[in-house]
Amino acid sequence: MQETKPTITIKGTRDGLILFIDENSSFEEIVQDLTKKLDASSPQKEEPVVSVKVKLGHRYLAEEQRRQLKKIIEEKNRFQIEAMESEVIPIKDAKTWLDQSKLQVVNQIVRSGQVLEAKGDLLLIGDVNPGGRVRARGNIYIMGNLLGIAHAGIEGDQEAFIAASYMKPAQLRIAEYISRAPDYEADGVYMECGIIDPDQNKIVIDSIKILSKQRKVISAFERRMNNG
Amino acid sequence: MGEAIVITSGKGGVGKTTTSANIGTSLALMDKKVCLIDTDIGLRNLDVIMGLENRIIYDIVDVIQGRCKLQQALIKDKRFDYLSLLPAAQTSDKSAVTTDGMKEIVTELKQEYDYIIIDCPAGIEQGFQNAIAGADRAIVVTTPENSSVRDADRIIGLIEKKDMLEPPRLIINRIRNQMMKNGDMLDIDDIVQLLAIDLIGIVADSEEMIKASNKGEPIALHPHFKASISYRNIARRILGETVPLQSLEEEKSFMQKVKAFFKI
Ligand SMILES: Nc1ncnc2c1ncn2[C@@H]1O[C@H](COP(=O)(O)OP(=O)(O)OP(=O)(O)O)[C@@H](O)[C@H]1O
Ligand SMILES: [Mg+2]
Repeated sequence: MQETKPTITIKGTRDGLILFIDENSSFEEIVQDLTKKLDASSPQKEEPVVSVKVKLGHRYLAEEQRRQLKKIIEEKNRFQIEAMESEVIPIKDAKTWLDQSKLQVVNQIVRSGQVLEAKGDLLLIGDVNPGGRVRARGNIYIMGNLLGIAHAGIEGDQEAFIAASYMKPAQLRIAEYISRAPDYEADGVYMECGIIDPDQNKIVIDSIKILSKQRKVISAFERRMNNG
Repeated sequence: MGEAIVITSGKGGVGKTTTSANIGTSLALMDKKVCLIDTDIGLRNLDVIMGLENRIIYDIVDVIQGRCKLQQALIKDKRFDYLSLLPAAQTSDKSAVTTDGMKEIVTELKQEYDYIIIDCPAGIEQGFQNAIAGADRAIVVTTPENSSVRDADRIIGLIEKKDMLEPPRLIINRIRNQMMKNGDMLDIDDIVQLLAIDLIGIVADSEEMIKASNKGEPIALHPHFKASISYRNIARRILGETVPLQSLEEEKSFMQKVKAFFKI
């Protein structure tokens, strides 16, 4: 037999262990070898928890298989899985990624009671009236009047921002941050954007010029890759 | 084949029924065959404003449930041969009316009448859905108040989802000139810009309107009132004429008019 490459290779680093799993072995083999290898190292009590990164190579694991490996690795040892990384993703996930990195262009008036949602960035050509709502996973660009509510980064992206030709919103929301209009009657502003200012730990409204400095202009796809 | 126009607003009490009665009357004055339908089941009003209340025998629910023929339920107006009213039911269960039932009635009426004017109940529930079901066009009524404009916006959004012949058109009702000038009321231009639909008419707030309603005589019958002219102009615009918006300035005094006529 050409037992050239071992099924499991363990490498220690400063941050913890890396577990390389050979991409050509069958899943049964992996389960067997893994159990054997881990049983060999008997864990000491009160030993600190070790973080483990599992590298799967060009292997795709179904949800159930992932759970099985996790169980084997974490059960007997004081190991904790930090990540399971694979070089491949299923077509379904790839399509979702693609959707999420697209700029969706919509031409309509978002009227009171209506909600417009984009999986990636949203470019709205039209107004958001009072009582209307726009939501996007990424950034929101409005060529029109923003008078209702805009929520960018709905899944937690704090780098997301909201830009509009005219802003007099009831609320701006970015990730989990919310800012609302003042209680006194105030005029709106032209060509401005809302972003999270980490120093003040809140949403601030400023001229859209600041975006070139404050936000690296990377495509939605790159952002999607970075966010995993 | 006639055309069905629904008069709607979202918010209650902004003048849907008054508008329906007066547009219907104005179109009848222009020799159009008009049928009014009151779809506000349980809170019928249109018959009262038209002064036809005590002629009601059958109503729209009787028609839908087959207790009478459509023709039997139609009430002929006192003043015009070709102005009829299909009254709402006062007591029956609201769920008796369905969108299909409405569509059937409207389709049948369109064979005989030029215009079917449908008075919609307030709100966005089933009654609203029924009222817009058979309509080819919609007119949205608002007053110059934030809450009313907000509801109009909501309604326009819902109507845009149905495929009607054209986007809804707007009537701004109960305008008070002085308040608007002082900035205490929303401006006509601001409302039109926000709602982004065509304005088909503006109607002043007037005491005469309330008097007329109480008498059961739509104000459109009396041309010496400004509001009457407003409704007649709206009717002409419905017929496709281009009529400039009349100014809401106070009527010039008789002498001023005479002077203006002689250019002195
Ligand atoms: N332009 C106007 N000037 C003065 N009063 C008016 C005017 N328009 C309507 N009204 C008054 O406002 C009240 C409500 O009008 P109306 O019944 O037509 O409203 P509606 O929208 O049909 O109400 P609902 O939602 O209850 O059906 C009535 O008393 C009516 O006389
Ligand atoms: Mg009414």
